Amino acid sequence: MKQLLILSGKGGTGKTTIASAFIKLSQAKAYADCDVDAPNLHLISGWNSEPTRSDYYGLQKAEIDLNQCIQCDQCRENCRFDAIKLDEVYKINPYACEGCSVCEFVCPTGAIKMVPAVAGELMLYSDKEKVFSTAQLKMGSGNSGLLVTEVKKQMKSAINEEVKVAIIDGSPGIGCPVIASLSGVDMVLIVAEPTVSGISDMQRVIKTAVGFNTKIAVCINKYDINIDNSNKIEEICNHQELDFVGKIPFDSEVVKIINSGQTIVDVDCISGQEVKEVYEKTMNSLFN
Amino acid sequence: MLDFMVEGTGNMKIAVLSGKGGTGKTLVSVNLAAVSKEATYIDCDVEEANGHLFFKPQWIEKEDIAVKIPQVDKKLCDGCRNCVNFCKFNALVYVNDELKIFDEICHSCGGCILVCPQKALTEKDKIIGIIKKGISDNVTIYTGVLNTGEPSGVPIINKLLSEKNLKENKLTVIDCPPGSSCVVMESIKDADYCILVAEPTLFGVHNLKMVYQLVKLFDKPFGVVLNKCLKEDNPAEKYCLENDIKILSKIPFDNELGTLNSNGEIVANKDEKYKKIFSSLLNKLVKEVQNEAVVNP
Repeated sequence: MKQLLILSGKGGTGKTTIASAFIKLSQAKAYADCDVDAPNLHLISGWNSEPTRSDYYGLQKAEIDLNQCIQCDQCRENCRFDAIKLDEVYKINPYACEGCSVCEFVCPTGAIKMVPAVAGELMLYSDKEKVFSTAQLKMGSGNSGLLVTEVKKQMKSAINEEVKVAIIDGSPGIGCPVIASLSGVDMVLIVAEPTVSGISDMQRVIKTAVGFNTKIAVCINKYDINIDNSNKIEEICNHQELDFVGKIPFDSEVVKIINSGQTIVDVDCISGQEVKEVYEKTMNSLFN
Repeated sequence: MLDFMVEGTGNMKIAVLSGKGGTGKTLVSVNLAAVSKEATYIDCDVEEANGHLFFKPQWIEKEDIAVKIPQVDKKLCDGCRNCVNFCKFNALVYVNDELKIFDEICHSCGGCILVCPQKALTEKDKIIGIIKKGISDNVTIYTGVLNTGEPSGVPIINKLLSEKNLKENKLTVIDCPPGSSCVVMESIKDADYCILVAEPTLFGVHNLKMVYQLVKLFDKPFGVVLNKCLKEDNPAEKYCLENDIKILSKIPFDNELGTLNSNGEIVANKDEKYKKIFSSLLNKLVKEVQNEAVVNP
């Protein structure tokens, strides 16, 4: 199975719009949404059935038993995350706690215990033909990279027949969830936007992906909102010898199509026509 | 530079956030700072800091941001594996009679140092990014940039929001990262008011719901700016009306604005009509924060 990951650096360039079109065009048997912080792919992937849900436990969090606490201050002094405050009694802020368990270790009376904590929810949609793995990180949780890894694991373990291609929608940025999503994929398609911000963020995500020994391709979305910047993106790709797989025009129909829960290849529209070409080129590159 | 800058903002701190990326956080943040008589703009979106591309400031200060990571003295390590067993992040392994440390996975908790009976582990600084301070007309800019390959920008955000950057008596605009995870919580914790920027799509609404819950959880006063508004139905507006959420401003979808913004221009400095949108938004915010001070002193 070849895995194609869609990234962008900057948010809102069209990752999910393009991922959903690719899923339709390839009739993908396996796909996943790794943007666990703000997942959206489920909104337009046309599943009527309910997913199988399971709690995702992140790292344990510290809890303090005030009956045993002798207020020695050791826990607060040693916590690197400012998660412990003295407000008449010692209190642990579960949002700041990263679960390192240093406080449990230094507590002389055993007043602090590490307890399991739900950090998100995994969802798996499946029928006879296909599987779709997604998740939602709980508000304010950290460690989204671990959940991203779980989403990919869940997808792989649910596949029972020969699957040629899996399409993975990624998250914006270059941090922990992006790094976790990059691991093990065969190719990254970067959806760039012809704005100064889009170019800057594209270059940072390329730099991040280069270390992963995966093919990198770039396409431009809404290329005609700024032709000069689009030319710059193509130049950067040429210069860095990255696969340039095409450009998609701005299309005012897209908002309407997405808001009706469809993908841009379900309706006859200019962005839908152009995305087909991007899709063909991407698949050629992925399989050759 | 156009006249009639907004005054009377005091030292209010406004955080601009949105669940989804690309809804216009930076557009709103940059332009709010630009229409204020005096402002500090803090870019907490350290994975993809873009505000400086608009301000093009003259940089006056730079500071490397480092975290502590362990290093091992191989002569002292006797292979007891206490550190390996203690580390909840699996950042240490002992293979082939040697302790290996994975810097990128380390959360800098210091636990391994505490548990090592041989005192074979010590800490060293590892630079994960940089904070720059710059000036552009009426705005002081702080921007944090996470190095590529680094997993977490939280230490940079904490430093960006340290008191010295926030205490000055002027408007502070905090441009937050997307999402509703721990990094966003760090960014809004000191804010007096939160602006949620939403776009008129199904995706926009879904992610607006998440940040709406976040600001409610933190008991922050907040309002919504609807960006890229079209003539068609706006699901984000509908959501606000249904949930009785205050709409502060509606920014129309506009090719001219899009082009200026895509070229890294500050639209409020380019055209009176855009300046009006953002100065009336800022005036509204001043009133909102004052009201809040009366209701919840």
